[in-house]
Amino acid sequence: MGRIALTRVECVCLAALVLLALLTIIVPLLARRDPLAIGDVLSLRLVPPFATDSRGDFHLLGTDRFGRDLFVRMMLAGRLSLAVGVIGSIAAAAVGTLVGAIAAWQGGITDGMSMAIADALLAIPRLVLLLVCAALWQPGLTTVVVVLIATGWMGVARLVRGEVLGVRAQPYVDAATALGARPRRVLLRHALPNALGPAIVATTLGVGNAILLESGLSFLGLGIQPPQPSWGNMIAGGRDLIVAAPWVAIAPGVALIATVLACTLLGDSLRDRLAGESGATLRDRA
Amino acid sequence: MRRFGAALLLLWLVVTITFALVRLAPGDPSALLVPPTASAADAARLRAELGLDRPLAMQYAHWMAGVLRGNLGESFATRRPVAGVLLDALPVSVGLGGTALIITFLIGVPLGIMQAARRGRFLDHALTTIATLVYAAPSYWLALALVAVFTYGAATWGLPPGLRLPAFGMQSPGVELHDAARLMDLARHAVLPLTILAAIGAAGVARYARTSVADVLSQEWVRTARAKGVSPRRVYLHHVLANILPAMVVLFALSLPGVIAGSIFVESVFAWPGMGRLMVSAISARDYPVVLGATIWYAALVIFANLGADLALPFLDPRRDV
Repeated sequence: MGRIALTRVECVCLAALVLLALLTIIVPLLARRDPLAIGDVLSLRLVPPFATDSRGDFHLLGTDRFGRDLFVRMMLAGRLSLAVGVIGSIAAAAVGTLVGAIAAWQGGITDGMSMAIADALLAIPRLVLLLVCAALWQPGLTTVVVVLIATGWMGVARLVRGEVLGVRAQPYVDAATALGARPRRVLLRHALPNALGPAIVATTLGVGNAILLESGLSFLGLGIQPPQPSWGNMIAGGRDLIVAAPWVAIAPGVALIATVLACTLLGDSLRDRLAGESGATLRDRA
Repeated sequence: MRRFGAALLLLWLVVTITFALVRLAPGDPSALLVPPTASAADAARLRAELGLDRPLAMQYAHWMAGVLRGNLGESFATRRPVAGVLLDALPVSVGLGGTALIITFLIGVPLGIMQAARRGRFLDHALTTIATLVYAAPSYWLALALVAVFTYGAATWGLPPGLRLPAFGMQSPGVELHDAARLMDLARHAVLPLTILAAIGAAGVARYARTSVADVLSQEWVRTARAKGVSPRRVYLHHVLANILPAMVVLFALSLPGVIAGSIFVESVFAWPGMGRLMVSAISARDYPVVLGATIWYAALVIFANLGADLALPFLDPRRDV
């Protein structure tokens, strides 16, 4: 594949995501007050955006019902959401790549079994599968990541399997085998690197999807648990304040949309250039 | 026939996986099934009643046999058969999701055709931008935004009654309405949920329709048709629509999971007593039989929709007559 020159859209999206990631790391460090602690609720709660509270602290995005600064909490939530999205989809892609490659390479019953399981899991809408898993295990950060991996590997596995099967028929694989390379080496050194393109694109597209799903689970109270903030549970927290203090739900929603948008545009652009339409699948929306 | 067999096999796998999922969950499943107020003796009795004291293979056989007979067990919360609970909620979800799906295609396909016809121009870019934005927004957040504007906002700003829309439930509480008035009331309650589901769905459908129409438009026979003087309207209605139909039928089946996921959130936010809301409340109440039953029904829906699309495809392809 060689070096990939990025287009303008991709540069902008990547820059936005990197900036957001930096902000999520730096802003909570600079916070004057603990964004999780509940202080003087009565005097500090629901301060509107761009206003100063009774203690003279400025709140860029206002405060929530417990008087905690929304901007700091939003950035803290961004840490979790970004980390969950990135780790969840990369790990899911890694599992999918492994399963797909092994299935294509081994063939026979391994192939049949693993693809049957993948198809069965694909038949259950991903959100439903997520809900079931989240219901069976204790809700929380680890569960969300594990469940995202468990419900996200199938698409990539199918993609990689197809690609490896295609690569396997190439003369250079025969050549490597004829030269005495062992099957594992042929798979790892020759077949896989050539089958990775679509998997990388699917992973990029998966990040936005994973962030949406995590936020959805947290919104329903089955993901990240308060007081730990996540964009989803922050929106849930602003749900009944939508009239009195709409900023509580609007701010995390805008952050969520911007992040997902950046991931989607980046993924779409990469797909159009690298994978053609083969990488196109309707994603399960949250 | 082979495809039908494959679909049944897939469904069997789904049922098996859901069974395995429950058993993989940490802890004794009966600890989750027994109400916390039950005594130890009650718990043991319930374990025996549920067959949880028997070997795993027998439990699996029992569960499988039940599923085959359509018996998905009994809801812990209501003590009613799961199938009955699901059947009560099904019409609401089918009504909401089905209507949304129809509106989705009625809006999405023409939008996609318009975009493809004006590819690269302003309209195309504008619609693509809007679709991408809507697609990136979580449905529950859009739902809250609409409620803020059309329920609370409309009341505060004194908008005309037609724009003041109810945010919760399917019917106005506490009033007995009949016939036309009742239908009207239901329609008013359905506007906001349907708007969300249809907007998100149409955004996705338009994207796909645009690609398929652009493909068709670049074909040589379209050029031929135009060259021999076929009117643009006839080109679109006769040539383009017929040729994207197979793709749209596949898309119809493919969009089902999205509609299901969307309706889970929309039903939760708008308090519609459908399967999505039932599932979420069953999860909060740890009502496992209902959760698993709903999962199996959802999976069956998706599997058979795909099967239907598969079987319908050969009949829809305009090339079949050539």
